[in-house]
Amino acid sequence: MPELFARWFAGRGWAPRAHQLDMLAAARAGQSALLIAPTGGGKTLAGFLPSLIALHEAPREGLHTLYISPLKALAVDIARNLEAPIAEMGLSIRVETRTGDTPANRRARQRETPPQILLTTPESLTLLLSLPDAGEMFGGLQAIVVDEAHALAGTKRGDQLCLCLSRLATLAPQARRVGLSATVNHPDALRAWLSPTARATDVALIRAAGGAAPQLGVQLPAGRLPWGGHMGLDSAPEILARIAAARVTIVFVNTRAQAELIFAALWKINEDSLPIAVHHGSLTVEQRRKVEAAMAAGKLRGVVATSSLDLGIDWGDVDQVIQVGAPKGVSRLLQRVGRANHRMDEASAAMLVPANRFEVIECAAALESIAAGELDGEEPRPGGLDVLAQHILAMACHAPFRPDDLYAEVTRAGAYADLSRRDFDDVLRFVEDGGYALANYERWRRLFRDSEGLVHVRGTAVARQLRLNLGTIVELPLMKVKLRGGPVLGEVEEWFISTLSPGDTFRFAGQVLQYEGISGVTAEVSRGGTREPRVPTYGGARMPLSTHLADRVRGILSDPTHWAMLPDSVREWLGMQRYKSELPSADGLLVETFPRGGRWYLVAYCFEGRLAHQTLGMLATRRMERLGWAPLGFVATDYILACWMAFEPGDPAELFVEDLLGEDLEDWMAESSMLRRTFRNIATIAGLLEKHHPGAEKNRRQMTVNSDLIYDVLRKHEPNHILLRATRAEAAHGLTDIRRIGAMLARAKGRIRHRKLDQVSPLAVPVMLEIGREWVAGDAQEALLAEAAALVEEATGGLETFEEPLFEGGEAPPEPRPARRPRERRRR
Amino acid sequence: MIAAPLHLAGERLMLCPSGVALWPAKRTLIVADLHFEKGSAQAMRGHPVPPYDTRETLERLSFALRRYGPRRVIVLGDALHDDGALARMAPADRATLRHLLSPLEVLWIAGNHDPSPQPDLPGQCLPEWKEGRLHFRHIGGATPLPRAEAELSGHYHPKATLPTRAGGITRPCFLASGQRLVLPAFGAFTGGLDVLDPGMAPVTRGALRVFLLGRERLHSASFEALRQSYAALAAKP
Repeated sequence: MPELFARWFAGRGWAPRAHQLDMLAAARAGQSALLIAPTGGGKTLAGFLPSLIALHEAPREGLHTLYISPLKALAVDIARNLEAPIAEMGLSIRVETRTGDTPANRRARQRETPPQILLTTPESLTLLLSLPDAGEMFGGLQAIVVDEAHALAGTKRGDQLCLCLSRLATLAPQARRVGLSATVNHPDALRAWLSPTARATDVALIRAAGGAAPQLGVQLPAGRLPWGGHMGLDSAPEILARIAAARVTIVFVNTRAQAELIFAALWKINEDSLPIAVHHGSLTVEQRRKVEAAMAAGKLRGVVATSSLDLGIDWGDVDQVIQVGAPKGVSRLLQRVGRANHRMDEASAAMLVPANRFEVIECAAALESIAAGELDGEEPRPGGLDVLAQHILAMACHAPFRPDDLYAEVTRAGAYADLSRRDFDDVLRFVEDGGYALANYERWRRLFRDSEGLVHVRGTAVARQLRLNLGTIVELPLMKVKLRGGPVLGEVEEWFISTLSPGDTFRFAGQVLQYEGISGVTAEVSRGGTREPRVPTYGGARMPLSTHLADRVRGILSDPTHWAMLPDSVREWLGMQRYKSELPSADGLLVETFPRGGRWYLVAYCFEGRLAHQTLGMLATRRMERLGWAPLGFVATDYILACWMAFEPGDPAELFVEDLLGEDLEDWMAESSMLRRTFRNIATIAGLLEKHHPGAEKNRRQMTVNSDLIYDVLRKHEPNHILLRATRAEAAHGLTDIRRIGAMLARAKGRIRHRKLDQVSPLAVPVMLEIGREWVAGDAQEALLAEAAALVEEATGGLETFEEPLFEGGEAPPEPRPARRPRERRRR
Repeated sequence: MIAAPLHLAGERLMLCPSGVALWPAKRTLIVADLHFEKGSAQAMRGHPVPPYDTRETLERLSFALRRYGPRRVIVLGDALHDDGALARMAPADRATLRHLLSPLEVLWIAGNHDPSPQPDLPGQCLPEWKEGRLHFRHIGGATPLPRAEAELSGHYHPKATLPTRAGGITRPCFLASGQRLVLPAFGAFTGGLDVLDPGMAPVTRGALRVFLLGRERLHSASFEALRQSYAALAAKP
């Protein structure tokens, strides 16, 4: 290390850490490297130190180091943090950020005279690479630093970045890559993702010495331990007491609705008026920045937050993390716990607050797992074809290309190493003109090929449109919430606003708001109101239980020697279960059946996560129909699947057979809302659908096409279109639930324990409390619609539908008539 | 498929789950917002959505025509997504359209997407149409109606969300008041506007019912019931 740097370290009272020196050595050897270090390990400095030294030893103009972060705010914060060493050592290095917020004049200047170090996001990088002069800007690049690599790999933004890295390698083959990551379960997969050759061995793995083990505890509510519910509101007094006892606390929750409710519950009893704020992804950026700034300035004692604070800026002052509700996964829990105390050698302090009995066990499982040093998390999945489509168009906007060259470049990206030439060509055809068998879009192609086989973009309009729609984050239609005569508070889903009447109140941004009306494209609200407030809910917000944690939970339940770590009430509960029924075993499948309220219930203890159970429930009820058990419905939690039916069920071994997955899965999958959602995202990212632009609301209905309608039409007329193939591939990879069901059915084969009970068992009570609160999709919709219409009819008294001959002489209807003719009722 | 009767201004109409309405006394089938060639209009704007929408819409129309065998068809406007739609239509689709409609009497009401008469369409183009006590126009709710008269219209693409115990389910729907009936959009790529949306105000005055399109039958609810139970649904944590 040069003298100047050594002095600077010494002046701060620091010694360079081993991993920082290792990173330096790798850089001197021109080698790419992945640094895995816990939070607070001086990771960022380790990433930049080689660049700072290189620029000190050989000062130069032009872009030297490119830094990419998943968060805009993080890029801005890192820029600030780099200023200190640069100024203190008197280095002549310019550091600038480039994000969606960068003003136009600075963008133009950055392209003319780039800084030596540029900090940006995957989206802004893609945009820069789509410009015709990208070669000049990036040609002299020496280093690329990817921060929070673990949070990017395996996501669509990660796919996009991976493709951009491959393009950078073409423009600047000399540039080495540096990945910075939290501790992960699959370091080699992450190395391959980062690698310039898609091979893990071409990236050195550097690990920082482990920090102090976190101190974790479990906090139960004072009264009776709840049987059901996921909000944890009963524990508000205990949470508040812990906030009062610490300097700064982050209270992590699992959903945005839960954030609003916990925040309200805390303030209801906050007699000392401790400064506590709320932070989640639906609030405006300004609101969130305000909370973050207050936090940094030490003005807050607590923040109730969702995953919006999982990553990001270091606050040295946070000394306690409270996780309310089940952690769902060990890696995520550790990430959250690491938000407390960003100094590696001090232990992070965290408290888990389970909301119900099962969550107590889940918390215990998480503690066991952390103590054993085990992590969860899937390997990054292969890159998405939709992101590739966007990338191909962006590359065409940069310069004409030869398909062979681009294919070679794309497959050097870790996420696309296994991409087949057929898929690449089909994606290219899609980008050109949609790639439909019915070729009638020739006139509106976006790309064309010249006589030498080079692919060109057709015009500037295409490029402009691409730049507007760049990015891989697809959001549901949202509506701004604006305080009348005041600021915008955030966004909620459009459908929620559509259910409000003026005067209705709801909880948002930590306050009770009264809905006044819609003004243009915003919902106007005022503070206060007298009616009982509602809480906006958001689709798909709840994370499923990780496989790893599920195994641990099963292990604890089946083996009473683990029970010592559980509170008395939970031990008693499990003891009751053992007495009244039996405990689920670690490798078998316990199924209970019992009558209740004129129905029969079948409860299966699968422990495969809510999403997997929903799929299983759909498949199982179909099979029950064929078995003649007359299923009426089902409900799924992270731990249990419960079905109810008209008749006494037969042998569960007939139900949970291994081929259950094969029979109906294809049909069900194609109809499922999950696939439709996947298609919608893919179609938007691939450029088939326009992204949702706020302000374009007025004509949206007429100008845009609903993705569900496209999905249905495309599936009927061209089932093997590349976008449908991409949808199926992503559904199969993205949702591990199908594999989880398969593994569970294989494991349970010959090991199904069937208990016929007279009444509900203690362990089944929580799932029974969930009945009637579940979302079902797909085939059940027709039945549900009919049921709901009937209920509404019953309550309101109205027209009854009936059938009668329409036209004489018309052709006979193609399908047989219903056997029973509904009776006609007198109309009002 | 089970059609449901609806009485408007003393005339008996039938609403079909396929999205068409029927006037049995006149052997007339009524359909709205076909939006032919909406797909290629998107492609022109740089979004190459599947080019099968016209074919799909024609298949659905053909099914309704075969099933009910009407003598006459009234199209309530926006049959063509824009002025160039007929020119863009694939020759095979154009032939199908001609084949389906040539034997019938067809009244094309002008819509905001296709305001000018299209000489190439089989049938007669009209700004609007009145027959007996029924008015047929593209945009409804604009003018007050005499007490004994009623109006059939399209344009709004109504859809509604019916709350069920497993969450709301959204479908295109017929929207009926004592004097007005708004038909759902029939085109394969036509989205919808929620009946609770303020933009629907001109056609959501007075006592209303919606009839959601189901696979085999319509699912009906009163507007108030819909609003109340939907609010209850949204409030559920």
